[in-house]
Amino acid sequence: MAKTTLKKVHGYLAEFESAVDVYHASEQIRDAGFSRWDVHTPYPVHGLNEAMGVKRSILPWFVFFGGATGTTTAFSLAFITQVLIYPTIVQAKPTNIFTTPAFFPIMFELTILFSAFTTLFGCFALMGLPRWNHPLFASKQFKKFSDDTFIVCIEARDPKFHQAETKAFLEQVGGKNIELVEDEL
Amino acid sequence: MAQTATVSTPSTPRILEREPLVLNNRNYGWITNRICGIVENRQPALWWWLFVPSVCLTVIMASCFAYLISTGVGVWGQKQPVAWAWDITNFVFWIGIGHAGTLISAILFLTRQKWRTAVNRASEAMTLFAVMCAGLFPAFHVGRVWMVWFLAPVPNANAIWQNFKSPLLWDVFAVSTYFTVSVLFWFLGLVPDLATLRDRCKPGIRKMLYGFFALGWRGGNRQWNHYEMAYLLLAALSTPLVLSVHSVVSFDFATSIVPGWHTTIFPPYFVAGAIFGGFAMVLTLMIPVRKIYGLEDLITSKHIDNMAKIILLTGTIVGYAYCMELFMAYYSGNPYEGQAFLLRCLYSPSSWNYYAMFFCNVIAPQVFWSKWCRKNLGAVMVVCMFVNAGMWYERYVIIVTTLERHFQPGSWRTFQPTWVDITTFVGTFGFFLMNFLLFIRFLPVIAIAEVKGVLPESDPHFDSHAERGPHEIALEEAKSGSPVAA
Repeated sequence: MAKTTLKKVHGYLAEFESAVDVYHASEQIRDAGFSRWDVHTPYPVHGLNEAMGVKRSILPWFVFFGGATGTTTAFSLAFITQVLIYPTIVQAKPTNIFTTPAFFPIMFELTILFSAFTTLFGCFALMGLPRWNHPLFASKQFKKFSDDTFIVCIEARDPKFHQAETKAFLEQVGGKNIELVEDEL
Repeated sequence: MAQTATVSTPSTPRILEREPLVLNNRNYGWITNRICGIVENRQPALWWWLFVPSVCLTVIMASCFAYLISTGVGVWGQKQPVAWAWDITNFVFWIGIGHAGTLISAILFLTRQKWRTAVNRASEAMTLFAVMCAGLFPAFHVGRVWMVWFLAPVPNANAIWQNFKSPLLWDVFAVSTYFTVSVLFWFLGLVPDLATLRDRCKPGIRKMLYGFFALGWRGGNRQWNHYEMAYLLLAALSTPLVLSVHSVVSFDFATSIVPGWHTTIFPPYFVAGAIFGGFAMVLTLMIPVRKIYGLEDLITSKHIDNMAKIILLTGTIVGYAYCMELFMAYYSGNPYEGQAFLLRCLYSPSSWNYYAMFFCNVIAPQVFWSKWCRKNLGAVMVVCMFVNAGMWYERYVIIVTTLERHFQPGSWRTFQPTWVDITTFVGTFGFFLMNFLLFIRFLPVIAIAEVKGVLPESDPHFDSHAERGPHEIALEEAKSGSPVAA
């Protein structure tokens, strides 16, 4: 019982056999001025960022502030509880600012912990994950990206997208099995 | 084929041949099938032969802990002056084993050692399971395990805060951070491979679960861009972390004033020992896994050779530390330190442990100077078994034989483990193995995406090499079926 649904075009998929092919195709797609497109690969292809014109990830900035939060948290936790509100004298060590070196291990560990959490969640946020449903998953051939195929997808929301011309362009740069992917509305 | 490579006479020097990391020119599809096949096919009978006993041992371990909780920590053998005995020995032993996993996943990543890709997933899993085993011991050693939350810095009714100047609390933070960061790192690495499993599964509960944890991964280069940055950052964070964890563990001893413990060499000595023992455990696990599941093309003898070399290096560092301890005991002129080592090595009834440790950790790995031994799996396994045992002896020697001969001869006592000590420790091996077998059963044992990335044809400039090496030529020949000119 097929339901009649409204559909809109998500974009074109094109398959490439090797990293070399998809690298050269990416250079041409980049030079043709497309902006809403991506290359789905089974492993990170080094050098593809330049071929696609993708900028370096801004993740380190988030992590820097995440780590700084960790350092401050650990220092405050130790200093406030051990020095300010409940001065704890252990082995005749001072309970003032000069006791700080004894807190370094904890400050170090929490810096790493907060940075690591920021890295993981920042990375997911930048990648737009988790997102369990995506128009591309409707395509039968798309799932080959996680095995051995390099798939270029040019999205319909790209201003340069044109249903006939983009298809011809993908053929021209060497794409195979070109497929129009639709998204149910 | 190698001859074809030498026919051409270019004026530029030839590319030196490196041993390929994946043998027999396997392609992407083969790698996916082989690794996912382990998860998708029926497990060999051997898997069950190992799994059932390890579950039994886990149950025994749990029963021992239940007995300890219901009766008291006195069911273990420690009595004054040996207040830290097998439990802390086992804790340091297990936590040390974890370090090899992080070394492979983080330090070898930063140093661009591409061979790590074949073994990093399994070693990281090993890290997690080893740290889980390690964590059990101090948790139950506190005696009233239901009070263990007092270690966490949360406001409580007593209005007393933790002593943040104590190495024991540093240890709590170090180990829990280490476990958490290792889980995060491991999960990040798993995401693309879970997507591979998801895409191969038939619809059903498995597909749903793999799909859930794959988070909807689509492998787009705009995703890989952030992913690789995150991977690099986590590697850069884990590197100082792993060095700090065993350093902090060694502070538990080094910041005390007990002769034999109060030394500055402890942090580097402990870290080297941890990596040493961990690599032995990685090989102990990976050599059978490679054989049983037919992964010889991915975990090649080159990988085993590299790991054997690391064992040789770290084993020699450990040997240096042993000798330096003895030298400093003499050279410091401290009579207590000197006596502690004389007792440890010569006069104490437990001194045989010292020689067992020295033989297993320093002498046994020296056979790895020979290439034949590094390539011979039987020899590698035997040495790894020595190292596994030796690293346990090392912790036992440091902890127990030192405490047995405390300051006052009147309180000296030789430690005797009870049956609970022994069965709990043996039980943790079952727990460790059970977790590892479940990992093999349900998750890709080798990082699929990362191994694909080290194939020569994965380089987008594979076609435009100024000059092709013998491996590339062999690959092209295999593809076209006829000899090609270099």
